[in-house]
Amino acid sequence: MSTPSAEPVLLPAKRRVAQLAMLAFAVAIVMLAYANVGLAIDNQIPAGMLTYGLGLGGLMLAAYLVLAKFAPWADPLILPLVTLVNGIGLVMIYRLEASGMPGASATTQLLWTAVGVVMFSATLIVLRDHRALQRLTYTMGAIGLVLLVSPLLPFIGHSENGANIWLKIAGFTFQPAEFTKLALVIFFAGYLVAKRDVLALAGRRLLFIDLPRARDLGPVLITWGLSLGVLILQKDLGSSLLIFGTFIAMLYIATQRTSWVLIGILLFVGGAVLAGLLFDHVAARFEVFLDPENPALYDREFGGSYQLMQGLFAMGQGGVLGTGLGQGHPDEIPLAFSDFIFTAAGEELGLTGLMALLMVYALLVERGLRTSIAAREPFSKLLAGGLSFILAWQVFIIVGGVTNLIPLTGLVTPFMSQGGSALLANWILIALLVRMSDTARKPPPQAIQDEGMTQVFQR
Amino acid sequence: MNGPLKRAALACLLMFGLLMINVNYLQAVRAEDLRDDSRNTRNFYARYEVERGRITAGDKVLAESFDTGDSEFRFQRRYPEDKVYAPITGFFAPESERDMERAENSLLDGSSADLLIRRSIDLFTAKQTKGANVDLTINPRAQEAAYKALGESGKKGALVAIEPKTGAILAMVSIPTYDPNLLSKPNKDDVNKAYKKLDEDEDKPLVNRAIERTYPPGSTFKVVTTAAYLESDDTVGPETQVDAPQRLDLPGTTADLPNYGGAACGAGRVTLSFALEKSCNTPFGKIAMDLGYDALSEQALKFGIGGDPIEIPLPVVGSGIGPEEDQAALAQASIGQRSNQMTPLQMAMIAAGIANNGVVMKPYLVNRIADAEGGEVERADPDELSTAMSEDSARKLQEMMVNVVNKGTASAAQIPGVTVGGKTGTAETAEGRDPHAWFISFAPAEDPKVAVALIVESGSAGSDASGGQTAAPIAKSVMEAVLGR
Repeated sequence: MSTPSAEPVLLPAKRRVAQLAMLAFAVAIVMLAYANVGLAIDNQIPAGMLTYGLGLGGLMLAAYLVLAKFAPWADPLILPLVTLVNGIGLVMIYRLEASGMPGASATTQLLWTAVGVVMFSATLIVLRDHRALQRLTYTMGAIGLVLLVSPLLPFIGHSENGANIWLKIAGFTFQPAEFTKLALVIFFAGYLVAKRDVLALAGRRLLFIDLPRARDLGPVLITWGLSLGVLILQKDLGSSLLIFGTFIAMLYIATQRTSWVLIGILLFVGGAVLAGLLFDHVAARFEVFLDPENPALYDREFGGSYQLMQGLFAMGQGGVLGTGLGQGHPDEIPLAFSDFIFTAAGEELGLTGLMALLMVYALLVERGLRTSIAAREPFSKLLAGGLSFILAWQVFIIVGGVTNLIPLTGLVTPFMSQGGSALLANWILIALLVRMSDTARKPPPQAIQDEGMTQVFQR
Repeated sequence: MNGPLKRAALACLLMFGLLMINVNYLQAVRAEDLRDDSRNTRNFYARYEVERGRITAGDKVLAESFDTGDSEFRFQRRYPEDKVYAPITGFFAPESERDMERAENSLLDGSSADLLIRRSIDLFTAKQTKGANVDLTINPRAQEAAYKALGESGKKGALVAIEPKTGAILAMVSIPTYDPNLLSKPNKDDVNKAYKKLDEDEDKPLVNRAIERTYPPGSTFKVVTTAAYLESDDTVGPETQVDAPQRLDLPGTTADLPNYGGAACGAGRVTLSFALEKSCNTPFGKIAMDLGYDALSEQALKFGIGGDPIEIPLPVVGSGIGPEEDQAALAQASIGQRSNQMTPLQMAMIAAGIANNGVVMKPYLVNRIADAEGGEVERADPDELSTAMSEDSARKLQEMMVNVVNKGTASAAQIPGVTVGGKTGTAETAEGRDPHAWFISFAPAEDPKVAVALIVESGSAGSDASGGQTAAPIAKSVMEAVLGR
């Protein structure tokens, strides 16, 4: 029998009080932002502020209680970070609606936030052990594919702004691609974990690249190829880029093969060139990316740079400190409440605000990846890694797009852009991360020493 | 799997790093360019976000902003005196501004560095920054008298009145003119339509004739020729005898220079004062040819003609007596013809310089600029432009110009109890077209309070328009307004 070590064992703390304080802080920032908008636009505190404040505060308190009960060891930072971004998004939409922007609706978004929190809680309550998802690998793959092709189906498929990516059921429009992403990441994680040894080791060597056997990679490749094909048919460039990149990243994490990244980049460049040659709208996006200020492109009616430039003008106007909430003209940007919400925030919150916002996203991703590293078995590692990466990659694609760092493809800004499907899917994504961080940070069962021969496990 | 996970984390970090660098580049480095891009409609909205300062003349408000309560176009501009002051105030259109609105724009909209302290105080006291108020040197009585006298008879032309001792502009009228209220609405389409209509109008109501257009000055220019002659020799005076043939032979040409209407001028040899009183042409042609081009252009330069461009602060187009050609051209230039071209403001400066004993003051329109709380930002500081002639010569010229009013062609400008000096001009334009009628004057001669230059454009006052009959009475009413009579 060994004697217990004199040094205390360093265990992860629950930090529940700290989380509550951070959550309250996030809600307070959002409420102050609300007040700010009201004062700037109407010279008074907005009438609905109490409703919104209590609504958001109540929602987050509920999420907190569920989390404290069902995932007490979860990373304390994740929920407050999401709350802050979701809240800032709400304020921006409220502000755009107040200046009469058609389509912007803060009430709807708050409602969807509520549903999102419900989904978050439900996921935590129902999914006590996320490893159950591993058993659903192929089911998830199938669900992902069905959701993906659903907008192409007759009757329920619905097209808006040239992209055929909606479902319309009983008056509700719904974007299944958001859920496809989740399902596919789960599918990729399950499949790659099962096959990662063969993928990494078996196969032929072609030049300097180790190619896996086709039958090992087949199902993933087919799923992946199908999703790209369908998304291209639907002209949803953002989602295809998102799924492509996430797949490559997960493949790399699973197999540790740098060659996969190289193959991915080569395939991507080849695919992009091909798409540019085949599809006018892809070529147009690229032209706009290279020279957005060109007056000819600016005035072009379809696929012109008008929207991008309006976003850049907004950011220029914001400068370092921003115009202040309610004091700029973000309503000049088409779709400022969805794809271009980041630039709308750039005008009124300035460089300062955008840096803070990017920091919050980066922190969120970092907490996710930390969960992944702390996770004890491969499926959790890969799933948490994949979910964190898809979040970072999505922010990069849309923010890079609207700030002309990369060609604009169009995606939602997670938790900020108006839209129910994306909000729901992302709240579920966060629930999965929280569930996994709870498992990862939970102290391992301790052997109770000096109790005779029987070891009692305690949780 | 931790190895590749860490590398993936690094990749995420890199992506966020790139986004942050790009955002910094856009909002710190390129922000200025993006803000100033003409396609950025925010510039348009920004124009209506600040309460611009007032433009006043004494206690009269010429331009002011009013709060509409509209969140998009909150402060709009109005001009209570509409047409009367339009050439001075200009207008504040959705995408541009003109005249005083433009010249003092950064003070009016509060963005000037001179208002930095005011803005900082406003920031701390959470007050909305207001633009500075601009008070003009214009004397509303004189301005309105000029507008009335020139405008009501349907004549076209321009008038400038200056305070000789300071250079302060007391009146500046250009007719026909426009209503700046029509061009200052926040509706781009309406404004563009109204502007296009005014711009295409044959009478050019948008042009400020007093400073943006030049005319041949005709006989009013003879005072400059006389000044050059007086300056060339101390012994020259009003009683100096000069040659005054009925026609002056122009060397090198078959043409010759007649007097107005081909009339004789005295008995062929007259006093200088008589030549000016009757506005004979031949004596001045002869004097100029004797003095030479350099003497005349030097004298002109001392009055500000052909010198550095003037800003009052509205930009003034240059005047000039034309390039050096032959003697014949010189003779014609000396009586204000040929390529001799003057702005009405320039002629007012000449009259004011003579009245002010030869010292020409820089003309200016802005009397005082004060921030919204009344703190002075700027006050006019009268400044000498040049000494055009000696005090002695100036007094002699004043005496002769008083004679012009008392005994000569400008009797219509007489004001009982006030000694008025003046010079008429009837400038030929093109062959077969009606002449311009000019008049320059000052009063009172012994202690000048006002100098006036006035042109009534060709054709707007009948075919027999003349400086004496058409222009002098208008100038008289303006002088009376300034003198309070």
